[in-house]
Amino acid sequence: MFYREAGDYKTTYQDDNQTFPIKFDRYRYYFVLVVAFALIPFMLNDYWVNAIFMPFLIYSIAAIGLNILVGYCGQVSLGTGGFMAVGAYACYKFMTGIDIWLGGVQYALPPINIFFSVLLAGGVTAFVGVLFGLPSLRIKGFYLAVATLAAQFFLVWLFNKWEWAYNYSASGQINAPERFVFGVPVTGPNTEAWATYLFCLVFLTIVAVLARNLTRGSSGRKWMAIRDMDIAAEIIGVNPLKAKLTAFAVSSFFIGISGALFFSVYLGAVEVGEAFGINKSFLVLFMVIIGGLGSIFGSFAGAAFLVLLPVLLKNVLVSGLGWPTDLAAHFEFLIVGALIIGFLIAEPHGLAQLWRVAKEKLRLWPFPH
Amino acid sequence: MNDMSSEGYVTEDGRKIGGTLMEMKNITLRFGGVKAITDISFDIREGEIRAIIGPNGAGKSSMLNVISGFYVPQEGEVWYKGARRPQMRPYEVAQQGIARTFQNIALFEGMTVLDNVMTGRLNHMKTGLLSQAIWKGKAEAEEVANREKVEKVIDFLEIQAIRKTPVGRLPYGLKKRVELARALAAEPSILLLDEPMAGMNVEEKEDMSRFILDVNDEFGTTICLIEHDMGVVMDLSDRVVVMDYGKKIGDGTPDEVRSNQAVIDAYLGVSHD
Repeated sequence: MFYREAGDYKTTYQDDNQTFPIKFDRYRYYFVLVVAFALIPFMLNDYWVNAIFMPFLIYSIAAIGLNILVGYCGQVSLGTGGFMAVGAYACYKFMTGIDIWLGGVQYALPPINIFFSVLLAGGVTAFVGVLFGLPSLRIKGFYLAVATLAAQFFLVWLFNKWEWAYNYSASGQINAPERFVFGVPVTGPNTEAWATYLFCLVFLTIVAVLARNLTRGSSGRKWMAIRDMDIAAEIIGVNPLKAKLTAFAVSSFFIGISGALFFSVYLGAVEVGEAFGINKSFLVLFMVIIGGLGSIFGSFAGAAFLVLLPVLLKNVLVSGLGWPTDLAAHFEFLIVGALIIGFLIAEPHGLAQLWRVAKEKLRLWPFPH
Repeated sequence: MNDMSSEGYVTEDGRKIGGTLMEMKNITLRFGGVKAITDISFDIREGEIRAIIGPNGAGKSSMLNVISGFYVPQEGEVWYKGARRPQMRPYEVAQQGIARTFQNIALFEGMTVLDNVMTGRLNHMKTGLLSQAIWKGKAEAEEVANREKVEKVIDFLEIQAIRKTPVGRLPYGLKKRVELARALAAEPSILLLDEPMAGMNVEEKEDMSRFILDVNDEFGTTICLIEHDMGVVMDLSDRVVVMDYGKKIGDGTPDEVRSNQAVIDAYLGVSHD
């Protein structure tokens, strides 16, 4: 009963174009923002941040990025891990100061503030994403997926071999030095739970708002037109190459940010094959599919589902049922896999669709029609 | 009856038809060894309703595809607004103000009616990616301005009630109407309609005919349409091109075409007695 739009009249197109046209939704959104920014930081401990919030926030950014490409523009990509690696290494170079050899002289840029390093890393990833998106004009569907798979393997190989990228460190790893935002450390060994949480949350909020704005405007319509019927899109004046490449750029920008945060704030030290392997690509793709293609909310839902489920299972199996840890770990894979399959059979359009159906039902509740 | 000099003419119902807007000159289109179109020339004048008719496989849709840039003819020239049109991609043709609908509906099934019609405005929306991402200000103002235009089209075609319905859920007749709305939203100079009434019942055909006439009347849009229903074609159009086996066999007002012996033989049928 409380959830209805009757009487909530819109008198301007501005009002009608809002992200949350229904009052109840709008207030819930503000409520979530307030809780996320003002309440949760005070209740956090290291376990919660490292096991749940940090992966959720960072994977949400990656999922939003991939959702723009796959869900909105219909271009399947398996290169997410590779693009996250680009973001991570670019961020590393920016935060430690880039050195360039030009004509035998070394020019070294000063280290850049971590916030801007992350943004710039997104920019670099966008550029790389556009490069690997170029074949999308000619190849479609599964074939494009294979082409992006090449990006995945190539980029991981590159960051293994290219010593400049990891500052010639002997281990081949990159380690995030301590960096501060307003005097508070957000990377390195001395971070506090709330600081890293807020740092990632700020990025997630920015990314989500930008993604929403892009997808509801003319760019989003171009992407969706390409996704739904590329021939018809071209006939109404959409330049397919431009539309696809902007999707690759925006998507990679967000994925780059998530990779940068994943390395610098969350892990702190990264070995490229381990952190950004093909598994990562699949994980983020699963998040997008389970959450719901073509939905920003779905990206959040998918990320939450795949981050929380293992944690939940582990707690239930190990703490609740007293299973040995190794057995529980293996069973976890089985259960998560089975759940994903079962879930996709029940609702192929993902959690976002479930949410939509629930909302429609709630609008009429308690009446059946 | 009608003076068809290059300055244009006045129709029987008093509409003023302007000069030549588009001219096809000796178009020949081949697919390998198959000649789809052979040496066809005709013109489309400003403000008129021009029909292309012909039996199945006559090359009508190919002709429309040449106009909208999907096919590149091996020979011949397309002249548009007094200049020869260089070879261009379909989206560039669209940006020049040529909109079309398809025989088999080509809507974006995953989007709502409103979003579908809004895609028709894409050529009029120029804000960059950055201002779109920020939304407030330029992008929002542009969105609202274009939404107003789109709402006019939605009103005009009487599809207000389904504005927020996903297109995939609509019945066939309405989908056709939404597709027309999308093409109209682009405010085209020439509107190409590929069998706008295919598969419709009588009432839907009447509705669609009324919309086509109204579009032409109210917005002065030049319309070039392909249609099978002879009654509809003869009623709607100012001039008719008749094609058969890729060749032009007739061109003129409906009355002239109706009395053209070649057309009667090819299209309306020859009596075998």
